[in-house]
Amino acid sequence: MDNKLKNHEGVLLASIERRLFLKRGLSLGALSLLSGCDLSDQFTYDDRVQKMLTAMSRWNDGAQAWLFDPKRLAPEFPVSMITDPFPFNAYYGEEEVRIVDSTDYKLEVGGMVREKKVWRLPELYALPQVSQITRHICVEGWSAIGKWSGPRFSDFLQRVGADTTARYVGFKCADDYYTSIDMATALHPQTIMAFRYADQVLPPKYGFPWKLRIPTKLGFKNPKHVMAMFVTNEDPGGYWEDKGYNWFSGS
Amino acid sequence: MKTVHPLLVRVTHWVNALAILVMVTSGWKIYNASPLFDFLFPNDITLGGWLGGALQWHFAAMWLLALNGLIYIAYGIFSGHLARRMLPISPKAMIGDILSAMRGKLSHADLSVYNAAQKAAYLGAILLVIGLILSGLAIWKPVQFYVIASLMGDYEGARLLHFFCMVGIVLFVLVHVAMVILVPKTFLTMITGKLKNG
Repeated sequence: MDNKLKNHEGVLLASIERRLFLKRGLSLGALSLLSGCDLSDQFTYDDRVQKMLTAMSRWNDGAQAWLFDPKRLAPEFPVSMITDPFPFNAYYGEEEVRIVDSTDYKLEVGGMVREKKVWRLPELYALPQVSQITRHICVEGWSAIGKWSGPRFSDFLQRVGADTTARYVGFKCADDYYTSIDMATALHPQTIMAFRYADQVLPPKYGFPWKLRIPTKLGFKNPKHVMAMFVTNEDPGGYWEDKGYNWFSGS
Repeated sequence: MKTVHPLLVRVTHWVNALAILVMVTSGWKIYNASPLFDFLFPNDITLGGWLGGALQWHFAAMWLLALNGLIYIAYGIFSGHLARRMLPISPKAMIGDILSAMRGKLSHADLSVYNAAQKAAYLGAILLVIGLILSGLAIWKPVQFYVIASLMGDYEGARLLHFFCMVGIVLFVLVHVAMVILVPKTFLTMITGKLKNG
């Protein structure tokens, strides 16, 4: 398992480099497969194909929102099935993990909420917590089971007086990562602010001080080191989403 | 001239061929992001450029594969085409025909009548695509389609099944194309539907 995961990191880093110039998500292989067109037309052809793929991805957002059952729970597992060690994954290597200082930490809550205020860690820790042992599924295909604990995100949204008729909740993280989710998923009972992993304070590599744990979404939709969150009707996008991963990415 | 393949079968055949090509080559790229086994698919025969691009192709072409497959199956059932072509099929006749095919002695004189080896291969291909779609749904939506996933040993079991159904369909395509090369007139009949002097 360890070797396998290292392998994934290598593959991921290699693909990030490639991504810089292959933003369009098209390879030459795709072109030669699907057309015999003149090279001078290649860019407009590329753009047209990419437009079609992007439109299909938006369509798939809609299909997934329609399929999403707000009451259906992700399966939970016994302690014996927990993956140990739980893999580290980010858009950077483990040696670059951000260390957030617990005494300075402030969570900014903004956008369409009644109580726009800053939350300190002791206040957050005082909220009633729940635990879950669920499967984390990575967009790359691998999965791992872990135990997370923290307050239900829906409770927190209610506490800050969020307008739950808004469409999105956006997140900004200490590692410059950002992402956003649909309100239905934000209100799902298993969407939690994970302050703890395996009954310990969430370590930096898993996103100290907290990560939004969403067992109904792929791993990259679970932001770590969350510094700010906001409720909005404007699509905030996301780090990977803006590069081409499907936005909804629900499980 | 005799009609070997009805128009709807020809159209869905070629749409399916394109959908399978896109699904398999983009699927290989997705596999490479987190390989199940100790090998990778060569980059040059994958589609998408990077994982995100491959996923976009895969999740676009899945609609083409599924809708086209539904049209084919619905037509096949309601027109009686499937039953006429694929049934009856007996294991004994199938094994006999596969053995004579391997000896190069299998007759394929009337292209509109399938021998037992063909029936088994085509039915097998249909079942493999159904297996690919079901295991694919379980991987795509292991929570919403938990019932399907749980039948396959949850998410990781569905991944394995998806992979092996892919291997099955790729083997089918290799044999299928090899057979078409051996009996080239079958290629034209899948385009025109007719057979000269048929």
